[in-house]
Amino acid sequence: MSLLEIQALGISFGGVRAVHDVNFSVEPGEIVSIIGPNGAGKTTLFNMISGVYRPETGRVVLSGETVTGMEPFRLAKRGMSRTFQNLQIFQNMTVLENAITGFHLQERGPVLADLFNLPGSRRRARLAEAGARALLARVGLERAADRDAGSLSYGSLKRLEIARALAMQPKVLLLDEPAAGCNAVETDEIDHLIAEVAASGVAILLVEHDMKMVMRISNHIVVLDHGEKIAEGAPAEVSRNPEVIAAYLGTEAENADG
Amino acid sequence: MRISGKYWTLIFLAALIAVTPLFFPSGYYFRVGSLLFVNGLAVTGIVVLTGYAGQISLGQAGFAGIGGYACALAPVHWGVPPALAVVLGAAVSGVLAYLVGRPILRLKGYYLSVASLGFGILVAMVLNNERELTKGPDGINVPDIGLRGLLSDWGLNLTNGEFWYALTGICLLIGAWIALNLQSSPTGRALRALHGSEVAASTVGIDVARVKIQAFVISAIYASVAGSLMALQNKFVTPDIAGFLHSVEMVTMAVLGGVASVPGAILGAGVLTLLPQVLTVLAEYEQLILGLVMMGVMIFLQEGLVPSILRWFRGRDE
Repeated sequence: MSLLEIQALGISFGGVRAVHDVNFSVEPGEIVSIIGPNGAGKTTLFNMISGVYRPETGRVVLSGETVTGMEPFRLAKRGMSRTFQNLQIFQNMTVLENAITGFHLQERGPVLADLFNLPGSRRRARLAEAGARALLARVGLERAADRDAGSLSYGSLKRLEIARALAMQPKVLLLDEPAAGCNAVETDEIDHLIAEVAASGVAILLVEHDMKMVMRISNHIVVLDHGEKIAEGAPAEVSRNPEVIAAYLGTEAENADG
Repeated sequence: MRISGKYWTLIFLAALIAVTPLFFPSGYYFRVGSLLFVNGLAVTGIVVLTGYAGQISLGQAGFAGIGGYACALAPVHWGVPPALAVVLGAAVSGVLAYLVGRPILRLKGYYLSVASLGFGILVAMVLNNERELTKGPDGINVPDIGLRGLLSDWGLNLTNGEFWYALTGICLLIGAWIALNLQSSPTGRALRALHGSEVAASTVGIDVARVKIQAFVISAIYASVAGSLMALQNKFVTPDIAGFLHSVEMVTMAVLGGVASVPGAILGAGVLTLLPQVLTVLAEYEQLILGLVMMGVMIFLQEGLVPSILRWFRGRDE
């Protein structure tokens, strides 16, 4: 049994099949990438897995439990965390507070204790803050801790979102284009961070347009086209698959190979 | 730094409440002061709901009405001491907020505004029409809270105005303390997070519907206690306390001062309580000037008075 199993997942919008009959699985410590041309249904697939959309067909199985269409906060409790293609940062908070929010499941407690500032509430908040500061240091944002999140650069916000997701100590981490809009140095940093997280045993599901990055760090690649899986396998295998080249990769695959 | 900020706010507020009476030319000002504090308390509840959680209620006056009439009815009909009736009203308001909020707050968008608007109108209608119980639109007497006699037994002789000034001032301080505690607590962070992005809040494990209900219940209790204090102080209450205009007035106060900040909202309550007192000189132009001030603030200081002014000062420091 795999940690995360996607079975025959499908959804359509207004009669158009956005994703149809997609199957694959992710093991602990594995990096699985979903690639495909624009509009292939990658983000839709992500949104179904992470509970933002409810799939019409198929099942999502997490640690042997069927979690299909479960609300995101219930998935979070079961160890699934994600980042967003179009950043979802809490702009009304500081960088540190954004990271602390990732510890919500650990720091939450009775509301009355929070209202009256009881020692238990202060202790929970203190622990979460210490954890958040450590995570910010890990992604290189420790010096920005007290700044408004809205004032960070795009690349820094991407890292902040990853830090917030890591705060939950997830078993499965879904990353939706973590390197989009980042320069070469930032991409490299995110690259290392993802490899490091996977090495610690977290299963990673990745959607990314940067083919070099995908080819370099993935253990396994799933190729979508028009909402259907047209190929899957190791990076070298996939990049040689004629159907994949025809659908999407074109000359980029040769570059990545060379 | 955040912690000291919280206590500085409270110390400043306490000092202001304690020192201002030294400059009162007459006893009447104690009454204006306590009116201001009661409004400030209700508006602090709106900071929790709207400023932290980003949810808008247009029915806060409904809860004020429940708090007010609890103090009018419970002592007479069930022999509850008036001070305990405040707690009873708050409990009823909290439960009703939960019942109204539970089905509504699962939905995204403006459903809460519409539902709470309906709830407020419903409460006002009941208070107007259940003449057997509430005596209808003419209002009803509210028994004395009785604490002033207790204080004079202990040798502390206060005039009625001084007593209510002190009591409502202390209640406002406690209310501000609680709201400020909440802001930097785990629950407050969850509320502000869902304000920033509901989907991201849910992704980190925040049960968005649940914490929204918590915020709504808390704000209802604030409004209810404020309504109780208003009724007890006036020794009289009419259904106007639950009227739509009162709800709008509370939201306006919060937005004017800065809805995300406790001192801002209290300042907003202060301005809108005092301005009509000052503008009575200008009699028929009162509404006009009030409207112009509101428009000016919304156009030039969109975050509200206090956050805009703080931002301006910070900008000058850099």
